[in-house]
Amino acid sequence: MTQPVSPPRDSADKAPSAVQPPAWRGMLFRADVRTLSLLGVLAALVVIGGITKPDEFLDTRNLQLVLTQASVIGVVTVGMTFVIISGGIDLSVGAIVALASVWATTVATQDFGFGGILFTSVLVGVGCGLVNGLLIAYGGMVPFIATLAMLASARGLALQITDGRTQIVTVPSVLDLGERDAYVLGIPPLVLVFAVVTIIGWLLLNRTTFGRRTVAVGGNAEAARLAGIDVRRQRLYLYLLSGLCCGIAAFLLIILSGSGQNTNGNLYELDAIAAAIIGGTLLSGGRGTIVGSVLGVLIFTTITNIFALNNLQSDVQQIAKGAIIVAAVLVQRRTASTT
Amino acid sequence: MPQQLTSRRGLLFGTAAVSAGALLTGCTSNEPKEKEQAADNQPAADDQPGKQVTIGFAGPQADHGWLNAINENAKSRAEKYQDVTLEITEGSNDTAAQIGQIETLINKKVDVLVILPADGKALTQVGLKAMRAGIPVINLDRIFNTPQAYRCWIGGDNYGMGLNAGHYIGEKLKGTSDARVIELAGLDNLELTRQRTQGFDDALKNYPNIRKVARQAADFTVESGQAKMAQLLQAQSQFDALWNHDDDQGVGALRAIEQAGRDDFLMVGGAGALSAFQAIKQDDGVLKATVLYPPTMAASAIDLARALGQGKGVGGLAEYEIPASLTLYSAVVDKTNVDQYMSTGFE
Repeated sequence: MTQPVSPPRDSADKAPSAVQPPAWRGMLFRADVRTLSLLGVLAALVVIGGITKPDEFLDTRNLQLVLTQASVIGVVTVGMTFVIISGGIDLSVGAIVALASVWATTVATQDFGFGGILFTSVLVGVGCGLVNGLLIAYGGMVPFIATLAMLASARGLALQITDGRTQIVTVPSVLDLGERDAYVLGIPPLVLVFAVVTIIGWLLLNRTTFGRRTVAVGGNAEAARLAGIDVRRQRLYLYLLSGLCCGIAAFLLIILSGSGQNTNGNLYELDAIAAAIIGGTLLSGGRGTIVGSVLGVLIFTTITNIFALNNLQSDVQQIAKGAIIVAAVLVQRRTASTT
Repeated sequence: MPQQLTSRRGLLFGTAAVSAGALLTGCTSNEPKEKEQAADNQPAADDQPGKQVTIGFAGPQADHGWLNAINENAKSRAEKYQDVTLEITEGSNDTAAQIGQIETLINKKVDVLVILPADGKALTQVGLKAMRAGIPVINLDRIFNTPQAYRCWIGGDNYGMGLNAGHYIGEKLKGTSDARVIELAGLDNLELTRQRTQGFDDALKNYPNIRKVARQAADFTVESGQAKMAQLLQAQSQFDALWNHDDDQGVGALRAIEQAGRDDFLMVGGAGALSAFQAIKQDDGVLKATVLYPPTMAASAIDLARALGQGKGVGGLAEYEIPASLTLYSAVVDKTNVDQYMSTGFE
């Protein structure tokens, strides 16, 4: 720390790194550039959608559709963002969503109603998160391995519970939440839940000690420990949080699809990680934003929507999706290069 | 030895045992288009107890309603025979794992093998290996690359599903000029999906007034069915008919249709799930019919395996041996005949 506060060399947004408050401001600004570039990508997609399918794409119903479809994976991604910022990874999110949804719909077939389904979804999610957290924080397991084990066992358990069957939900109060009648000021309830989770996630990350500890653990766990942070407990909470998000997502998925199936949440882990990375979260930890992740999710969902509206086949869709991931990350690196 | 052996021998080729409900006509040509309506409790072959037969059964992971029904059909049919022992391996979608399981069954020296490969082409070699080891193979549904790898193939008709769905829709829309249809396909990386689409397209060629305006592929899951259908409904503000390849993903598709508040078209499903049959019977939604891909083929495969092990033929056929291949008929089930099929519906 002997380096004096030096003026920026080339670009205006480069804040001095040694002094705490300006560095903060610099990070904020960089984050903004990143956010702007993501918004730019999203805007470009909207233009493409508007040009190729003006009537179908620029339609209130379509906006509702895109946001609804972003909700389930979006909630999962918020939890995932916290875990990745802390330097961890959660590969089990999709499997937890599957397990929570089939367990909750098993309850549904036994007439426990709305409360039973919601409670079971969240409880199973939190329970799986707790196991992940304990294994990682107190069992000393690498997150990759612990959550990989959870992925395998939760999927297996989900298959065992369902026997490969599709468990159809018949509880009207749950199903009604997916209908048009339930929209609040034109906003589907699922989207409202997604919005609330996003806002809480943003507040938690940016306005609380919990958020600062998360960033600190991800930046340098040893330094965080020396600074008096209970790193293990923090990690436990983070995987609990991710599990909680999965439980909520499972409930949303039950509303959306009206059923529980062991194949639910397939590849959510990769979608959530991809959305977070596109959103500017460092896979090595220490940096990331909720807004970025949510924009990442919206970009993905919008792409899928445009592809479907233009009747592109799935092979073409996959190729284009890969290309757009690369493009989005490249654009970001150029606009928000950090040194 | 069990007492069945010393008791009454089955009639040699089982010609006497024509089951009342089972209309089974085998096929001996390369262009099989025969019909099997297996009522669940009517074994196709002679059901007189005979020589003890150990049947090895290797199927894929039952992570889907239809595949689960396959396993259940095989198990429950095997239990009906006192002279059949079923050695069943745990299902797997992993080619290497399934090869290992089949090799285990070969080493156990089972009398007959029934194999539903996760990937028919990839498991051809192990099928050949079993045949060379003197164990006849009944290849169920997903076909091996060469007829040398199996003694008998029994399966569904994916092309026929598409064809019959297309004809059903074609007849229903006969009076509609400039009719528009859309297709919600299954997993695009499976050959069976392409066959179903091909059959559908070929059938529609007979109806010049009909145009297929959109096709999207889902993943045979409820979740993907809902997501893809929601997009299709947004993309196509007006159309007359929808063909959905699979009743499991159809649960999601119907949900999306309900959420969008649409009822201005007719829908035809595929496979024959119980929920689809119930919806067709109630007749209060867009789903008017489903094209069968019957999981009863697994029960028939057990019948054939037993007949092979005991050296019998098939009841109702003049042949001395069981046929080399059997293709099930992809019947269209609609309101008029749904009661007849209700018992074969899988959950």
